[in-house]
Amino acid sequence: MKRPPVVPLLPVVLLIVWLLLNDSLSLGHVLLGVAFALFVSAAVRRLRPLPALPHRIHVAIGLCWRVFLDIVRSNIGVGRVILGAAQRQPTIGFLKIPLDLRDPHGLAMLSIIVTGTPGTVWSGHDPTTNVLTLHVLDLQDEDAWIHTIKDRYERPLMEIFE
Amino acid sequence: MSAADVPLWAALPAALLLICGGLLTLVGSLGLLRLDSFFARIHAPTMGGTLGAGCVLLASMLVSTALAQRPVIHELLITLFILITAPVTTMLLMRAAILRSKE
Repeated sequence: MKRPPVVPLLPVVLLIVWLLLNDSLSLGHVLLGVAFALFVSAAVRRLRPLPALPHRIHVAIGLCWRVFLDIVRSNIGVGRVILGAAQRQPTIGFLKIPLDLRDPHGLAMLSIIVTGTPGTVWSGHDPTTNVLTLHVLDLQDEDAWIHTIKDRYERPLMEIFE
Repeated sequence: MSAADVPLWAALPAALLLICGGLLTLVGSLGLLRLDSFFARIHAPTMGGTLGAGCVLLASMLVSTALAQRPVIHELLITLFILITAPVTTMLLMRAAILRSKE
């Protein structure tokens, strides 16, 4: 099977951030941005030798869209819980989810997705057993949450980073 | 450049977005008051940090695009930085709370 093309994440993101910061697409800024991105990437390699090399960008775009939809949905969900808190306090709870994802960048992305979505907070990860502890605001259906994390987020992240 | 210079097609959706963002953030902050345990309260401010901030930034993009008459999208950077930094403090608080509750 042909290996999908690999994109070095850090320099590309740095270049985009530089161009957005300067709010310009002129040749000078592009050149300066490329130089800046390469220099910073080289400097950071000393601090973090493992570069993030995502492939399958289309999967990443699909994942971003799904995360956006989930953020909107869970904002509404958490809003409901808060407004209904006078009648009923939510049933909070911790959930243990065994993961298959091993890549540190993938795990970092997963933690940001999970914590960035209202209603769930990443509250621990055991690197030896690869079990994630998740805190859920309104724990009704444990299997549904495990299913969401594993199928919706973990599988695409494994495709992207592994 | 004054508020009157913003054309209607940008002003209406921007106002709507600002109201939505404000309401979402308000409900999120209200959660700090109404939920009774720390572990429940930690979820509430995330609302203002994600969709609340997103609505306000989108409104800002709309208005500055209309005023400058070219696409102005560098508010995206704020979104990016909020998205990658806010979870870090939340996780830090969470870990600290777990450690304390174990004592």
